[in-house]
Amino acid sequence: MGKKRKMPGLNTSSTADISFMLLIFFLVTTSMDTDQGLARSLPKPPEDDQLNNEIKVKERNILNIRINKDNYLLIGDDYATLADVKERAKEFIKNEDNKPNLPELKPHKVKELGKTFMVTENHVISVQTDRGTDYGVYFAVQDALVSAYNEIRDEFSKQEFGYKYDQLDADQQKIVRDVYPQKISEAEPKKYGGQQ
Amino acid sequence: MSRFNKGGGREMPEMNTSSLPDLIFTILFFFMMVTTMREVTLQVKFEKPVGTQLEKLARKSSTSFIYIGQPTDALKGQYGSSHRIQLNDRILEAPQVYDFVMEERGELAEADKPFYTVSIKADHHTPMGIITDVKQVLRKAYALKIMYSANKQQEK
Repeated sequence: MGKKRKMPGLNTSSTADISFMLLIFFLVTTSMDTDQGLARSLPKPPEDDQLNNEIKVKERNILNIRINKDNYLLIGDDYATLADVKERAKEFIKNEDNKPNLPELKPHKVKELGKTFMVTENHVISVQTDRGTDYGVYFAVQDALVSAYNEIRDEFSKQEFGYKYDQLDADQQKIVRDVYPQKISEAEPKKYGGQQ
Repeated sequence: MSRFNKGGGREMPEMNTSSLPDLIFTILFFFMMVTTMREVTLQVKFEKPVGTQLEKLARKSSTSFIYIGQPTDALKGQYGSSHRIQLNDRILEAPQVYDFVMEERGELAEADKPFYTVSIKADHHTPMGIITDVKQVLRKAYALKIMYSANKQQEK
């Protein structure tokens, strides 16, 4: 008699609730935020024998941006504000008028296009800060520099390929990057206008 | 049996909810896969700087995070109110970043090691001295790919 009785089905109406609880638990404990930021690569640590013979860079090829402990900016030899950084950097990187105080123009041959461009191949932008400088200001300067590069690359891409830099394919992007490489130096820290 | 229904015509059949748990489980698994567990509790407060030219972090799994900021209110008594560095769950000094990097990178698979990135999440009022110290240690540890973490500027 007992064997004939059917086994009653397990009541599964609460499975949904249980899995909802799990879902909510995971939603709470996990983070979806995609991290954003400015990517940089640091120079290799100095070797012992390298310490004394630093790479000589001609003075006209360096754009020094100094930030002191009160967050005042000095671009080259002039006081400046954050808003000036981008324009100054663009002027410096491009040097369209071949001014003697801006970096020297060197021919850069692009095989794929069969053209040669005069670009400031050896320029370096160096950002130097004091130990007391706010990180936010330093970051803003870095951001302005990257945006200067991006604008220049965009202009160049439009001129040569007719599209903005992000719309180009990987090979074309590489050409543009080679013509205008990002050269922001992560300089060794120095102390400017402040007590230790 | 049928006599029970005599009074009130036909009833709307109830919706079959037997597949609801499966649906929810699917969502659950989706979330489990796309998200990563929040690993550390923050012991420092920081407000990231804002920027416009940001890139997304490509490989979260081969990234270590260094948090720099003022200790939270609960820890102020212990650590003071100057900016400090947090690695994993501890507040440490800049030279200890070296061991931290070595340890974190050591745990990665060999194929992921070249992509090892350190993301610096720092408060925008942090004095650069701390940041430079950290950067110098990172150089020494050959962790050369870094990322200054920031928030996207809201467009006006």
